[in-house]
Amino acid sequence: MSADVAALPFLERAPIELRDALVAYLPESLQWLVGSLLSIVAILAVFGTLFAFTTIAERKLLGRVQNRPGPNRTGLPWLKGVKLWGLSQPFADAVKAITKEDVVPAGADKLLHFLAPVTVLAFSLLGYAVLPFGRALVGAELDAGLLYFFAAGTATELAIFMAGWSSRNKYSILAAMRALAQLISYELPLILSVVPVVIAAGTLSLPAIVLSQGGWSLGFLPQWHVFTPWGAAGFLIFLVSALAESNRSPFDLPEAESELIAGHLTEYSGFKYALFFMAEYLGLFALSGLGITVFLGGWQAPLPGLEFVPSYLWFLGKLVLMVCFFIWIRGTLLRLRIDQLTRLSWQFLVPLALANLANGVFWALTPGWSGPLALVRWAVSAAIILVPFVLIGRHLGEGRGLRHYTYAT
Amino acid sequence: MTAALVILALIVLTASAAAMLQRSLIHSALLFVVAWAGIAGFYLWAGAQFAGFAQILVYVGAVSMVVLFAVLLTRQGDRQPWEPTSLARGLKALAVAGALAGVLFGTILATPLEIHELAPPESVTVKQIGESLMGHHAAALLIVGLILTVALIGAVVIASVDNDNPEDAP
Repeated sequence: MSADVAALPFLERAPIELRDALVAYLPESLQWLVGSLLSIVAILAVFGTLFAFTTIAERKLLGRVQNRPGPNRTGLPWLKGVKLWGLSQPFADAVKAITKEDVVPAGADKLLHFLAPVTVLAFSLLGYAVLPFGRALVGAELDAGLLYFFAAGTATELAIFMAGWSSRNKYSILAAMRALAQLISYELPLILSVVPVVIAAGTLSLPAIVLSQGGWSLGFLPQWHVFTPWGAAGFLIFLVSALAESNRSPFDLPEAESELIAGHLTEYSGFKYALFFMAEYLGLFALSGLGITVFLGGWQAPLPGLEFVPSYLWFLGKLVLMVCFFIWIRGTLLRLRIDQLTRLSWQFLVPLALANLANGVFWALTPGWSGPLALVRWAVSAAIILVPFVLIGRHLGEGRGLRHYTYAT
Repeated sequence: MTAALVILALIVLTASAAAMLQRSLIHSALLFVVAWAGIAGFYLWAGAQFAGFAQILVYVGAVSMVVLFAVLLTRQGDRQPWEPTSLARGLKALAVAGALAGVLFGTILATPLEIHELAPPESVTVKQIGESLMGHHAAALLIVGLILTVALIGAVVIASVDNDNPEDAP
């Protein structure tokens, strides 16, 4: 344990203390290895549990959005009559997934068909290594942490391609093509949207980016990057791209239950299907965690005086809010068509992300503007992003409008 | 440390060799991805964190997608003819491949290999790389960017819809 960790309040360093206390029983040579393994187990346990309860939360929230109760019957096996609002549903689902028969199509590419779910889960877990969950809780403090995160995340779509191609199913291969097109389109705005933050913070290290958002303006407003014109625009671009990257509605084209009968998942059953399902949520959590780290102040408290709450709880709270937001989006928006999807990225998000990059440079060049000049700084910065937004939006919207369908006369 | 290098080299060489021998183009492409990831591992082994992650991001993430996309869009029929059409053609191919291998091996063997003990290199931060790229090597970076842009525009021009041809009309 390093000196700056020891200086933190007890609750902040409690997880690290616990790990060190457990490791201390082992011989010197094994301590490093077992310490790392314990961190991995902790991350898996926390986010696995979060995954289990997100599935039930999603089903219940979507149920409420669609004016139905959602799953509410599953009780506890040894207590008759106790239902707990169906909260044990995910565990029943897990038992079902594990005990189901594993069906592999006769014409499938057996090796790739098996490797795809393994790869997708492995790569969606890699990103957690560099996310700072709390003041002292970060798996690996890499100098190029942000770059590592994106590098780790790119291979998940490759796994979706493997799944779609190896299934030997027309629907699955369509899903694979869509997944590739989606990845090529949305990787660019996703990465471009966080570049202004790198310019502002002057580092690619995620803990340092969180630290750069500390402090309060006017005594109570947190100095998170989202509360600047370029940060707000960047966060919105990031949100849209993150939705597309994690194949969430309204960008769930590779899956598309109603047109592709679940696309790359068509030929998967039982535990392999569960692995895909898990990887999708874990990838979503990781991307949400990156958004929180980069734009929403990471583990920083939202108001002064609230810092007595341990930092990892703030991170978790923000993560839960983000996930609820994504569920809300899923219940609200309709799925895009593939041409609308690619057009949205290349003609709208990429130019806006480039304008926002210039915006971030402008902000980084004018840190000395204070007093009335600060207002000018805000106005110029807001104009740099809003003017292209309106112009591109008008240009793309020309000749398009609400269409009226008449189904019966 | 050397053991790690040997394992990485084995992974890269095996994956590349297997990619050459595969009949299925998709398998070859995926094996190349493994080889690229192995090269990224080599960069990480050598302490070049930035280059390693950039290699994964660009090759495993982007180039592999383009390759797979191209394979899927251009795949014609299931089985390509495996044998050369005539003996003369096969001999010519063998001669060209042999000449290429001769030149490559000749160059490798003729290059003096200087082995000397180096002090462990001090770790280079991303900031230093950025300053070097934007300062000393700014011109080279701009030229690379220009070439890539020209290539991109060329690709768009080649792929663009020909309005005179009624079959291409959107």
